[in-house]
Amino acid sequence: MRYIDEFRSGELARALTKKLAEAMPSGRELALMEVCGGHTHAIYKHAIDELLPAGLELVHGPGCPVCVIPVGRVDDAVSLALEPNVIFTTFGDMMRVPGSKGSLLDARSQGADVRMVYSPLDALELARANPEREVIFFAIGFETTAPSTAVTVLQARVEGIENFTVFCNHVTIGPPLKAILDAPELRLDGLIAPGHVSTVIGSHPYDFIAAEYGRPVVVAGFEPLDILQSVLMLVHQLAEGRSEVENQYTRVVREDGNPRALKAIEQTMELRDSFEWRGLGSIPKSGLRLREEFAEWDAERRYTVPGISVPDHKACQCGQVLRGLVKPWECKVFGTACTPERPIGTCMVSSEGACAAYYHYGRNRPKRGSVSA
Amino acid sequence: MCLGIPAQIVEIVNPEAKTAKAEIGGVRRLVSCALLEGEAQVGEWVLIHVGFALDRIDEEQAAETLQLLSDMGEAYERELAQIRETAGETDTK
Repeated sequence: MRYIDEFRSGELARALTKKLAEAMPSGRELALMEVCGGHTHAIYKHAIDELLPAGLELVHGPGCPVCVIPVGRVDDAVSLALEPNVIFTTFGDMMRVPGSKGSLLDARSQGADVRMVYSPLDALELARANPEREVIFFAIGFETTAPSTAVTVLQARVEGIENFTVFCNHVTIGPPLKAILDAPELRLDGLIAPGHVSTVIGSHPYDFIAAEYGRPVVVAGFEPLDILQSVLMLVHQLAEGRSEVENQYTRVVREDGNPRALKAIEQTMELRDSFEWRGLGSIPKSGLRLREEFAEWDAERRYTVPGISVPDHKACQCGQVLRGLVKPWECKVFGTACTPERPIGTCMVSSEGACAAYYHYGRNRPKRGSVSA
Repeated sequence: MCLGIPAQIVEIVNPEAKTAKAEIGGVRRLVSCALLEGEAQVGEWVLIHVGFALDRIDEEQAAETLQLLSDMGEAYERELAQIRETAGETDTK
C-alpha cells in the first residue's frame, strides 16, 4: 500500500513541517480556513495544528452539512414529522439536532413515525413498501449528497411513486465562502477547499476566490500529509504573491468534477432566492429546492410548514464557530452544558462538527503559538 | 456524510436501473451507480456517498481512505452502523 506508507510517514511529516517553517513569509501572520468538517476532524485527530510554525493558524469553516441547518428548518422538519399518516425519514445525525420545541427524536417519543435512513434510496423503498403512508425524506447536504436526492426524485417520477416527497435543504458551498470572505470581522489569507465536494463540483467554483478576493485556494485530500502539503502550497502562493486555485487531491478530484452528478442537480433543482444558514444568516442563491416540474415530490409544496426563522439557543455559539470567529473550547457551554450526549448546538451533534471533533479528541485547550493566543 | 466511503462492487443487480451490490466495511448493500460515468463493473472500487457511487477510485486510494475512516473511530463506526441497520431493507429489492 504505497500511499498509506507515504502518507503516514512521520519522516515525511517532519520534512514538510520544516519546509513549511522555511516557506513562511517573515513577519507575517497567516490564517487559513479549512472549509470541510472532515478536514477539521483530521487536523485535531492528528494534532496537525501543533505541527504548524508560529504565526500560522488554521480556522474552521462552515463545511458541515448538519451544522449549518438553522433551528427554523429543524422546527419545520418536526412539524412535517407530526403530520398525520407520515413516515418522516432522516439521516441519523439530524435526529438529535435540537429545534426550538425539541428534536426529531423528541417528536418520535410523542408518537411521530421518524425513521433513520442511510440513503434517500431507503426512503423511496419505504414509500414503495408502504403505499398507504406518506414518506418524507429530510434532504440535507452540500453537492456531495444533492445529486443522490436528485436521482431519487427522478426515480420516483419514472416509477410514478406519489407517496414520496423531499424536504429539500440542500446547499451549495460557494456562497457561504463568499459571505465569510465579505465579513469584516475575520481576515483569511487562504482556503483549504473540501476534497470530496470537489469530486462533484470540480475546482472551478473556487475560481472567484482567487480572482475576485485575491486569496489562494488548494483543494485538499483528507490524510494528515495531504493537509500539511496543502498548507505548504498555500504558504508558497502567499509568499510568492500568487492567488490561484490549485488541486492537491489530484488522485481523486478532477477539474471539471462529476458531470453526471451536476446534470442531475441541474435537472431537478434550482437555486432559492435566499436560504438561512446557522450563524451566517440568509445568503442569496445559496440553497436548492426542487423545480416546479417536480412540485409533486416537494414536501414544502405538498404540506404547510411554519417556515419561521428562529434564533439559536442563547448559550450556543455554533454560529460563531461556523464563521471561524470562536474556537470550540472558547464557547461558554462547551463540554459542560453542551456535550455529544446532550448537545445544545449542531457543531456538537454531528461527527463532522468542530465541537464534536474537539470533544472527541480531548482537545479543549488553545494550541501553542496560536495567532489569537 | 461528506466523506465518501470506499466500497467494492460485487454484483450488478439491474443494469437498466444502474443498481449494484457493493461491499462496504464488510456489509453488502444495494447502491446506485446512476452517477458513475459508464457502466459499473464487478470488482471496481468506488466512493459511496449516501448510497450512491460518485467516483471510481483505485485499490490503493480505497485502502488509504478506509484507513483514514477507521482512524476517525466513532464517527465512521456510526455511519457503518447506519449502513448495517438499513442494509436489510434495501437488500430485498
